[in-house]
Amino acid sequence: MKKLLAMLMAVAMCFTLLTACGNSSDTPAETGSAPAETGDNTGETPADGTAFKLGGTGPLTGGASIYGLAAQRGAQIAVDEIREAGGDIQFDLRYEDDVHVAETAVNAYNTLKGWGMQISLGSVTSTPGIATSALNYEDRIFALTPSASSPDVIAGKDNVYQMCFSDPNQGLASAQYIYEQGLGESVYIIWKNDDIYSTGIKDQFMAEAEALGLNVVGDSTFTEDTQNDFTVQLTDAQQKGADLIFLPMYYQPASLILTQADQMGYEPKFFGVDGMDGILTMEGFDATLAEGVMLLTPFNADATDEATVAFVTKYQDLYGETPNQFAADAYDCVYALKQALETAGCTPDMSNEELCDALMEVFPTITFTGLTGDGQGITWDSTGAVSKAPKGMVIEGGAYVGMD
Amino acid sequence: MDITVILDYLIRGLSLGSVYAIIALGYTMVYGIAKMLNFAHGDVIMVGGYICFFSMSGLSSHFEEGSVAAMVVPAVAGTLAAMVVCTVLGVTIERLAYKPLRQASSLAVLITAIGVSYFLQNAALLLWSANPKVFTPVVGRGSLQVGPLSISYVTLLTIAVCIVIMIALTTFTSRGKMGKAMRAVSEDKGAAQLMGINVNATISLTFAIGSALAGIAGVLFMSAYPTLTPTTGSMPGIKAFTAAVFGGIGSIPGALLGGLLLGIIEIFAGAYISTQLQNAIVFAVLIVVLVVRPAGLLGKTIREKV
Amino acid sequence: MSNVGKRLTGMKRSTRTSMATYGMVILAYIVIQLIRGLRDGGVGPLLEGQLVPICAYVTMALALNLVVGISGELSLGHAGFMSIGAFAGCSMAMGLEAVIPAAPLRLAVAMVFGAAVAAVLGFLIGIPVLRLNGDYLAIVTLAFGEIIKGVVTNIYLGLDSAGLHFSFLTNGNELLDGGKELIKGPVGVMNSERISTFTAGFILVMIALIVIFNLVNSRTGRAIMAARDNRIAAESVGISVTKYKMIAFATSAALAGAAGTLYGCSQVTFVATKFDFNTSILILVFVVLGGLGNMWGSVIAAAALTILPEALRQFQDYRMLVYAIVLILVMLATNNPTLQSFFARLFRRGGDDDDAAPRKGKLSRKEAAR
Repeated sequence: MKKLLAMLMAVAMCFTLLTACGNSSDTPAETGSAPAETGDNTGETPADGTAFKLGGTGPLTGGASIYGLAAQRGAQIAVDEIREAGGDIQFDLRYEDDVHVAETAVNAYNTLKGWGMQISLGSVTSTPGIATSALNYEDRIFALTPSASSPDVIAGKDNVYQMCFSDPNQGLASAQYIYEQGLGESVYIIWKNDDIYSTGIKDQFMAEAEALGLNVVGDSTFTEDTQNDFTVQLTDAQQKGADLIFLPMYYQPASLILTQADQMGYEPKFFGVDGMDGILTMEGFDATLAEGVMLLTPFNADATDEATVAFVTKYQDLYGETPNQFAADAYDCVYALKQALETAGCTPDMSNEELCDALMEVFPTITFTGLTGDGQGITWDSTGAVSKAPKGMVIEGGAYVGMD
Repeated sequence: MDITVILDYLIRGLSLGSVYAIIALGYTMVYGIAKMLNFAHGDVIMVGGYICFFSMSGLSSHFEEGSVAAMVVPAVAGTLAAMVVCTVLGVTIERLAYKPLRQASSLAVLITAIGVSYFLQNAALLLWSANPKVFTPVVGRGSLQVGPLSISYVTLLTIAVCIVIMIALTTFTSRGKMGKAMRAVSEDKGAAQLMGINVNATISLTFAIGSALAGIAGVLFMSAYPTLTPTTGSMPGIKAFTAAVFGGIGSIPGALLGGLLLGIIEIFAGAYISTQLQNAIVFAVLIVVLVVRPAGLLGKTIREKV
Repeated sequence: MSNVGKRLTGMKRSTRTSMATYGMVILAYIVIQLIRGLRDGGVGPLLEGQLVPICAYVTMALALNLVVGISGELSLGHAGFMSIGAFAGCSMAMGLEAVIPAAPLRLAVAMVFGAAVAAVLGFLIGIPVLRLNGDYLAIVTLAFGEIIKGVVTNIYLGLDSAGLHFSFLTNGNELLDGGKELIKGPVGVMNSERISTFTAGFILVMIALIVIFNLVNSRTGRAIMAARDNRIAAESVGISVTKYKMIAFATSAALAGAAGTLYGCSQVTFVATKFDFNTSILILVFVVLGGLGNMWGSVIAAAALTILPEALRQFQDYRMLVYAIVLILVMLATNNPTLQSFFARLFRRGGDDDDAAPRKGKLSRKEAAR
């Protein structure tokens, strides 16, 4: 009986919370405070009905939270800037946690739907992104995802757009870049087996390398559970005489690979992808290890143009960290949506269906200039895929330097 | 096959294995006495890593770069700080979360330990952010050259520390009053209490020792694999638990042996079979070993009495 | 009314418990269906999306309770069976799309297939696992869970007019036009349509309850529990411990497989890494919190703890921290003797049921002894 009581208490607790939660989605005063708290912003929240309700899901806790938090903060900075500048197009931003799991992402999406989300920022990572984009499609809520880069996120969904390069495009561009610049005679690939991002890039890279006649001497992989020791992979590459190692992965495992290659005294060239961006901002990272590492990335936190400097300074002031590519992509997403909404002449009282139709019409026609894309215009085709210039960068003296 | 390469893999396996072993020591210690799987152990290790990281980066600026003091003092102080904080943390967790459940089933304690693990991970996320921090190894990045082979200083240090701890723990538990009390508690709590042993104090002491070991393990683990995030501890925690069972849980030399073997198997499975199935192969070997030796490699098979 | 009451009290306690559990589940189903049908907006988008996963987790909790509570073996790899059921069942459902156009029938076939595959695997795994005891058994189930995760991540399965294509480690399937990939390695399964419904979930939970209650209250069930309580005594009266433990384990695997299919077919996409150690642990939390061997407790705990993290969204960044604290506190409240007696006193003052309390006390003593 005691157990029953305790159980009932737990259930009661759940339901109190649930009702409290339900209430918060009904009362405008409380919803207003929600994004304000998450983003630590001080800007005033507009009254209900005067701002577009913009929602997104991302991993705000757990192992992948670095990406979700960055995107949330980047988007929040853009929303606050727009608010300070004033104007007709205002956003009310709300990010929900999806822990990098598709099921939780669906719950997060449904929470946002209950809140009255009109436009979506999709999901930050790919597997949740595939799940939420299908719902975006069914519910006719327009989505522009900052960083869910798998082609499956946009495939067959006319109202889901990407701000980042798709994974195959990155693989393609990387192979072409290495081939054209003659960077490596024998290429070796280390990729992450249980990660869509990594396998997507690697598959296309291999296909393109074969088409170009680029000499790929071998490849090996690792998983989330074995991403501590890379000796096996590096020794294999060394034995096969690779002079360039392609690393389609995020910077956390990449930093370990660089460290361990250095310990082994193995010094090939390393070529990374946009996930590598951020390696220099890791607290305590010895930048000399990354000396000579090349990568294709749309964003460079060390760039000296006015917009990037302003964004990076603001981000550092608020969060004490240097923004990565995810933050920049999310920041760009908000401004791209603003531009599209202005072009289409949308108002916050429109329904999500009306907004969706309007945005779908406008998006393939606009050219957007933002932090990512090397200062050149960013455009979209009607499938939702982005077209922007990837920039070849090389790390020299602890900073990115353009390769061209 | 090139013999140098095989030896090289063996050394890397020992290096990875010694890290598992040192974590497994803490697991096995607590299991032996308190008969509970402390799933929060991996996360205590993570906390140890962070404490050492912040102490070292805080202190290193006070010393002249390149001097002997700058190399030794922050590393030693950082390790000590990690040990102290982990001990306090371990004892606090034990007092607040595990002690009230002394009479409850071991499964209830297991679930509570999982709750503690979630708590530590999320508290670390809020306190120290998700951005990975790169740890500076306590003994520098260099390595010792033996012929064509190179063994990193971190590996040497980890194995040495492992052996020292193992000997110290074995001596401690086989001699001295406290050690004997621990063994008595692990054999039979009720009888130990009747003999005038303070069971609660003994279990708390075990947690203190286990957590201090977690602090050291955190420093050594982060020295070997220097990327530090709030979830850093969870996977090595599970692997080390596996290693402890592999060697025979409750057995201190078993933890060392299990850890080293697990590391070596992991490296060789990746090198000669498949990097894609590396983890699956490690666990398959574990199953085979346990089917052949149902109490682990060095575990005691206790005969059931009617 | 009094007649019914008399008949209820006249029943065996086990029958009463099972009837109450069935009643609770049916009542919950009817209430939710009424809200969905009558109220504008139904139960709200969040809960609506969670209904089928809740049913799947409830079934998982029941299946695991059969192993942990009734059979007395700690399994830390049950998510592996869920994974097998999800992948096998959903591939089947997608493969049959042209053959069986009726979604409910297709789902039923898929669930049976998922359950069958998981049961066979459960049997094969059970052979080495059930030779072991205690924590060694637990770690071997953990190991199998990890192996299943590692292997499924590398499976590629495609279907076209020429038949099934299978490849392992790398995607070597070359499909003809109109073919579709059923399982795409690390990308997992992407369902063409989501055919699981709340009603299907409800039926599965009911089937699980019927199977478990009938098993537990049968000769086989008593043999299983005898083997749990005292292996040697059970063996001495001629009970084949391994056989009965195997029955419980394989039945549990089959139910977990069906739950996996239900879950998989309710998701847009799922990957093998979703069914990892953490998911196994999550389900174990449901079982322990609901009470070992206590089926209605598992049902409530699984439903409540699936909703809880979502209900905590108002805490934002502190969500999972609060979840952890709630979990610890609930475990302390349900298992600490001081707190327990405090609640018991409170309860007695209210003056209610006096039959269940001593029984409960016996159960927890037994737990403590184990």
